[in-house]
Amino acid sequence: MVDLLTGFVAELRAAGLPVALTESLDALAAVRHVDLGDRAAFKAALAATLVKRQEHRAAFDTVFEVWFSLRLPPGEALGGDDPALDGPALDADALSALVADAVETGDPAALAALARLAVSRLSGLDTGRPVGASYHLHQAWRRLDVDGALARLLGAASSGSDDGGPPGVLERRLRGDDLRVNADRLRLEVEGEIRRRLVSDRGAAAVARSMRRPLPEDVDFMHATREEMATLRRALLPLSRRLAVRLARRRRHRHRGSLDFRSTVRHSLSYGGVPAEPRYRHRRPSKPEIVVIADVSGSVAAFARFTLQFVHALSGQFSRVRSFVFVDGIDEVTRLFEGADDLAHAIQRVNTEADVIWAEGHSDYGHALTVFWERWGAELTPRTTVVVLGDARNNYHASAAWAVAEVGRRARHLWWLNPEPRSYWDTGDSVISEYAEHCDGVYECRNLRQLEHFVERIG
Amino acid sequence: MGERLGSAADVRAGLEGVDYLADEAIAAVVFLADRLDKPVLVEGPAGTGKTELAKSVAAMSGARLIRLQCYEGLDEAKALYEWNYRKQLLRIQAGSASGGARSWDDVEGDIFSDEFLLPRPLLEAIRADDDVVLLVDEVDRLEVETEALLLEVLSDWQVSVPELGTVRATRIPLVFLTSNNTRDLSEALKRRCLYLHVDYPDPERERAIVMAKVPGIAEHLATQVARVVRSVRQLDLTKPPSVSETLDWARTLMLLDVDAVDAETVAATLHVLLKNRADIDRAARELRTAEAG
Repeated sequence: MVDLLTGFVAELRAAGLPVALTESLDALAAVRHVDLGDRAAFKAALAATLVKRQEHRAAFDTVFEVWFSLRLPPGEALGGDDPALDGPALDADALSALVADAVETGDPAALAALARLAVSRLSGLDTGRPVGASYHLHQAWRRLDVDGALARLLGAASSGSDDGGPPGVLERRLRGDDLRVNADRLRLEVEGEIRRRLVSDRGAAAVARSMRRPLPEDVDFMHATREEMATLRRALLPLSRRLAVRLARRRRHRHRGSLDFRSTVRHSLSYGGVPAEPRYRHRRPSKPEIVVIADVSGSVAAFARFTLQFVHALSGQFSRVRSFVFVDGIDEVTRLFEGADDLAHAIQRVNTEADVIWAEGHSDYGHALTVFWERWGAELTPRTTVVVLGDARNNYHASAAWAVAEVGRRARHLWWLNPEPRSYWDTGDSVISEYAEHCDGVYECRNLRQLEHFVERIG
Repeated sequence: MGERLGSAADVRAGLEGVDYLADEAIAAVVFLADRLDKPVLVEGPAGTGKTELAKSVAAMSGARLIRLQCYEGLDEAKALYEWNYRKQLLRIQAGSASGGARSWDDVEGDIFSDEFLLPRPLLEAIRADDDVVLLVDEVDRLEVETEALLLEVLSDWQVSVPELGTVRATRIPLVFLTSNNTRDLSEALKRRCLYLHVDYPDPERERAIVMAKVPGIAEHLATQVARVVRSVRQLDLTKPPSVSETLDWARTLMLLDVDAVDAETVAATLHVLLKNRADIDRAARELRTAEAG
């Protein structure tokens, strides 16, 4: 048991989870009190002692499922057919009927059986082939055509029910939710089944290694998959709330300022002239004004949208936030965010309404920054902090670094956030160091962790 | 080692007896907290029954609940203990008035004794002779520096009072710390705790909660309530409805004599479920369409 748990903890650490030594000792103590046959209780005991942040829970779950998966008997490991499902090759109709049935009823046994069938027949699992689990999942999923079945069922649900008369809008929606939940469960079943077979074949350690995913705060903006992007967006709101509390608190507690002599003497009167209570000049909390200039061309669009949303979610912490977006032309989009309760919606409007194409629609930092300086430069004040978001890939246009220099001279601070790894800077058409000369700092900003760190700095 | 609770299943049954429907993870962690003598850090969205959990555990085990509500600016005097200055002053004056020329040592020994100590929640929980459950509510509101106050109590179960010495716990209390995650707690605190994340319940559990907490509600109405709430939570809202808001909504529907929920009823009563203008608009708009966006 000790060896097993030590290996498990090592794998958790390798996946990026911070597990302290005392925590792994706690885990050992905890599992003594649970019935090892009860898998759920065992998992709860490990989770309570080893994972102290909800964002890390998904990573823990993956490792747990691999490490403590139900092993299959060796004969059945791969390609071993379930006798019940043996028989002639399934034709497409029979398969889709099975899928539709399982998704409609949501019966756990049916879902599990279907998952077993799908994995042994459709996922292309083979002994010893070094292919990741996601490939098999994709194969099985595509051939099961669950999305198609889901669409058909949803269509059927809206056209009418057995007891006559079309059901209400609400009922249809609720039914749709049920179906989607069932489809998700099927997906989990298939995933679990694939994992089980892979583990029996290759051993837990190897599979766990192949399934490592970055933690949400380490996901690279530039290469995030759609699901990862969704996770990031969900993490955004709580993160900005947390950061806002921290910034506000820090501002309140920042050092108290210099001695206010006049006030101290005035207050000493109540102590008979003894200055018992020194008074300080409280500095007015100064909230910076933020100007965000974001490149929204294809390559870095996801990063820019995300950061804009983040900065606006924090707008209460700044006296004003103005945002500009550019590709080769530049446009102010502050109005889209002002009064918008729904940031995601505002971001969508940025995509459709901002006028950012000037000539050909490839990033032209030089032109965009020149126009910015000419049109809005005069509005920058010594209280303004300017943040430029972009990879500085200029498509070999003129860099117009002088405009950046002017902006930097006028504003209080000028920061540049680059979503590319530092090692790519200044390769190809990247001219980041030409701009960097005139900035107060250029930061690599590839994931949430780095972004959070940066915002805390400027707040 | 605590042996108050028999098994995780007992915990679950016991909590159900006081109308708190725990899922497996909650029961398992509460049970472990008792066996390992460790505090439980409960995190999760607002209104998912974190505070209620501590109260229910107290009710279940017949223990006394001691509550420490955290806020910014909480200090030792409010959390641990305080000397009763007024009484001490009176004691000194009474001593000198009666004319007895007592040495300072006597007086000092006298006024720094148990009689003049005002125990605050943490010390009270440590000194208790009976079974207690200590609830430290909303720890995330403490400043990072004040958090350290808790560490000695939570890991060594003792409080040091310089004038009296160290007070050790005779019976280790069950401790629950709740947090709404408005800031990251320090690693030191997290390390000492078992971690429990309480999320919104799934529809089946939510239905059971509604049935338990809203007496007289029809079964199919409870089912519908739970399903609608799940649907609303899936929308991208600023503040998804909490369990307590679900219960309020169920009660509202009962008062309005609704026996089947339809889109109009939902739209008319959404303000019970959601408390944010933009959220209400959005949910009303979405629920009028059959397709989830």
